[in-house]
Amino acid sequence: MARLARLELADDELDMFTGQLAAVLDHAADVEALDLGDVPPTSHPYPLKNVLRPDVVSATVDTAEVLGAAPKVEDGRFRVPAIVGEAP
Amino acid sequence: MSSYLSARELAAGVRAGEWSAASSLEEYLGAIDESDGEVHAFNVVTADDARATAAAIDEAVAAGRDPGPLAGVPVALKDNLCTHGVATTCSSLILEGWVPPYDATVVSRLREAGALIVGKTNLDEFAMAGSTENSAFGPTRNPHDTTRVPGGSSGGSAASVAAGFTPLALGSDTGGSIRQPAALCGVVGMKPTYGRVSRYGLVAFASSLDQIGPFARTVDDAALLFEVIAGRDPLDATSIPEPVPAVSEQLDRGVEGLRVGVVGELMGEGIAPDVAARVHEASEALRAAGAKVEDASVPASIFGLSAYYLIAPAEASSNLARFDGVRYGLRVDAPNTNDMMVATRTQGFGAEVKRRIMLGTYALSAGYYDAYYGKAQKVRTLIIRDFAAAYDRFDVLLSPTSPTTAFPLGDKTADPMAMYMNDVCTIPSNLSGDPAISVPYGTGDDGLPVGVQVLAPALGEEVMFRVAATLEASVS
Amino acid sequence: MSEWETVIGLEVHAELATETKMFSGAPNKFGSEPNTNVDPVSLGLPGSLPVLNEKAVELAIRLGIALNCDIRPSVFSRKNYFYPDMPKDYQVSQYDEPINIDGFLELPDGTRIGIERAHLEEDTGKSTHVGGDGRITGAQYSLVDYNRAGVPLLEIVSRPDLRSAADARAYVAELRAILVAAEVSDGKMEEGSLRVDANVSVRRSPDDPFGTRCEIKNLNSLRSLGRAIEYEANRQIDLLEAGESVRQETRHWDENDGRTHTMRVKEEADDYRYFPEPDLVPLDPDREWIEQIRAAMPVLPAERRTRLAAAAGVELPHDGVTLVVERGQDEQALAAVNAGGDPARVLVHIEQNLAGDGGADLAPGRLAALVALETGGTLTPTQAKEVLAEMLTSDAAPEEIAAAKGFEAMDTGDLTALVDGIIDGHPDEWAQLAEAHAADDQKKLKKLSGFFTGQVMRQSQGKANGKLVADRIQERLQT
Ligand SMILES: [Mg+2]
Ligand SMILES: [Zn+2]
Repeated sequence: MARLARLELADDELDMFTGQLAAVLDHAADVEALDLGDVPPTSHPYPLKNVLRPDVVSATVDTAEVLGAAPKVEDGRFRVPAIVGEAP
Repeated sequence: MSSYLSARELAAGVRAGEWSAASSLEEYLGAIDESDGEVHAFNVVTADDARATAAAIDEAVAAGRDPGPLAGVPVALKDNLCTHGVATTCSSLILEGWVPPYDATVVSRLREAGALIVGKTNLDEFAMAGSTENSAFGPTRNPHDTTRVPGGSSGGSAASVAAGFTPLALGSDTGGSIRQPAALCGVVGMKPTYGRVSRYGLVAFASSLDQIGPFARTVDDAALLFEVIAGRDPLDATSIPEPVPAVSEQLDRGVEGLRVGVVGELMGEGIAPDVAARVHEASEALRAAGAKVEDASVPASIFGLSAYYLIAPAEASSNLARFDGVRYGLRVDAPNTNDMMVATRTQGFGAEVKRRIMLGTYALSAGYYDAYYGKAQKVRTLIIRDFAAAYDRFDVLLSPTSPTTAFPLGDKTADPMAMYMNDVCTIPSNLSGDPAISVPYGTGDDGLPVGVQVLAPALGEEVMFRVAATLEASVS
Repeated sequence: MSEWETVIGLEVHAELATETKMFSGAPNKFGSEPNTNVDPVSLGLPGSLPVLNEKAVELAIRLGIALNCDIRPSVFSRKNYFYPDMPKDYQVSQYDEPINIDGFLELPDGTRIGIERAHLEEDTGKSTHVGGDGRITGAQYSLVDYNRAGVPLLEIVSRPDLRSAADARAYVAELRAILVAAEVSDGKMEEGSLRVDANVSVRRSPDDPFGTRCEIKNLNSLRSLGRAIEYEANRQIDLLEAGESVRQETRHWDENDGRTHTMRVKEEADDYRYFPEPDLVPLDPDREWIEQIRAAMPVLPAERRTRLAAAAGVELPHDGVTLVVERGQDEQALAAVNAGGDPARVLVHIEQNLAGDGGADLAPGRLAALVALETGGTLTPTQAKEVLAEMLTSDAAPEEIAAAKGFEAMDTGDLTALVDGIIDGHPDEWAQLAEAHAADDQKKLKKLSGFFTGQVMRQSQGKANGKLVADRIQERLQT
């Protein structure tokens, strides 16, 4: 799980997290008691649909400003250490 | 002395030329200077920017132009709202020193309304937790008692208003993060209907729950700030197209004939007796003002906490993925990009953030999705249905905002479940998307402020504010 | 080897021809300075939010109509994975509820290829690898440009209905033609506007279940696509014939060594933790809008081929017709025919002599005028081709160009004399020709008359009109 989230946990942190994770999931088990068979899931609290914007160019951000805030840049681009493996 | 004026009075005086924005600003900056060392409401104070804006507003007034409804009013912004040219940290090491190249929509609207942005306020890292102790830059203290927490996560904004540093502040509310600190700091704090206020430029915690809302000393000021920031924004696809009602104009209409329900599920176990007593008094006050008060039930609300602690971390785990050391913020070097990302995130995020990312990653992962995230989204449907049923019978609902008054610093930091329980009364309306407001209503046995929560159906801000104003008038 | 059947399904990513990105107003433009076509959304800056581009939806619907899909209510999801070219470390893509499902594409030869889905998603940024040989492996570090991040894509997924590399090429060519004709995408493979991944498996017989498949990435041209599929099918067949098995994996096509290489084996790291994108709301295009788009649909390649074939008097499938439609020169051809040009010659000239720069711009009336000179006997095909080439850079009438080049038609009298002279000079061949004529031996007849025509052409230095030569030969045979 930590690998998927790109986090590294020390052993004691891991122990603490596992315990707390269990507590939260335990609490979540309350929900087990509910009959949710026919209940549809809600992912948006306010029902809207078809919110679209016109295909019109709007302001971009200043490249220098963005690159200026980056940890490492070269040649107008964001520099990163060697990449392990192609994109999935 | 302008720090005793309401924001509305202050702006009116500035617009009428009765006093200058520049001179009243200095009083507020002076207060910050004097006391923020102890309170620590602010991560950064932008005094020079505010002074420049104040000067421009005074010039506009002199030239006969209208500088807007918040002319010269100092406003504090929670430090998860993007401000062009001013660092936005989310009180996290991972974003320390990051200066956004753009303004959040609410920030643009404040600027257009003539507000003076005086600084960015402290919060629990990425708005996660409810005490403002989980900040990479140290805790904020409750101005009423600096050994106590201000609540959170918008504790800095609540404290700023409570301490008289600013008449107004903005916070964000994902599970109660405006209302709970408002209650603990004795100020008004409101979460609008989901989609009423644009989230563009709010660093996301849980996208389907987050809403920006106002802090103020009075209900009227909260209404004024709400009117400035609310309304459809083409940059936020979830923002609601419906026009924003002129809530301020309706505040003194009273509650005669309104049906008010006191939510039984939010008055029982875990609610401190002194807090419950204030809610009863509030309901009696409404009855006395002509409302019909009865017991109400929102049965599924008891599952709110469980659903929230799956949905919010799940969305957060995805929202916080972008803090990977590539484009902005902290980078911890490593020989390859994958290791760099791991090192950056491991060092940059605090324990609570990591905990929630882990939980959310788990809730979304293959094989667990249906059992956790999927189920939580169904519980959400039940909560929405139960609220809808309650609003068939009632115009507004009443409950405590927080189960207790402000607790001592360090009291709950070791026990996440105890901390999570703070949000039991506020979470249901984040899940349903409905508006809710916390109004100060007397004090607890310890002499610290108690907040009463008024909940209303989606888009029901007008009636919600009316009830809040009536409560405010009824408390001495 | 011939008993093996190759089974191919293709995933094509097409960049949409919009002005702006999928979820923000940053320009969708190729070839700009790095990180200039960016805004908070396409950089994934904290606080930024996506808003869906209406035009991208319209183009998706257009493709859905063109591919006979069911156009449905759809939902965007987040596909979570960490990668430096992905600004938010998740891709917004349609997952379990895509906009287009269950369509088909008809290849020029009439074969129907099923379309499983064609969904909307956003593109990633682009990394340049520094050090080593410029490839990702062995690079010292990489540089990321987010100009392409957020560019709208349609991912078009075929069913595994293709059975050969040639079919796969035909499918992509036809899909590309449709995308271009419907103005959904510019279809430029060389600019990455069209990118193809191929799922390839083999089986001994069409009755067998599908074999284990491998996904091949990095197919940037039709040529690579064909070569990669052939290589991969043979690789799998070799494995299976040697008693080994095929491992399900993602493979990378290397243009230089002409092989596919293992890129990634399927593993648990592929847990993308999809969930509905909370920052976007569901898409449910109303019927009225879809019908409006349908009514405004441009004519698609299949119908255009039918139309052109009818005008040119040829049978489909016809390579020339396919090519002319693919190049978008069918309107030009039809107009030249309408202006009186001989249909067959018009088609040949457009197919063979107007393929290059400026060819498509030649006014149909001028082409018709040139063809008239040719069919009228003033110009030989060779001369016509030369005149045509000059017409692309000159406004002069074809007659003037022909005159300037000294391409005068031979006087009929001179031509008759020339043909007769050659017949008399080759009595043996003529005897054979007459014999073939009498015996109605078409093959021999064609060969020998070709000999005489060739001689005439040589001696007239190409000025003789082929049709008049053939007429004179016929005349002599009758006497
Ligand atoms: Mg392109
Ligand atoms: Zn894709």
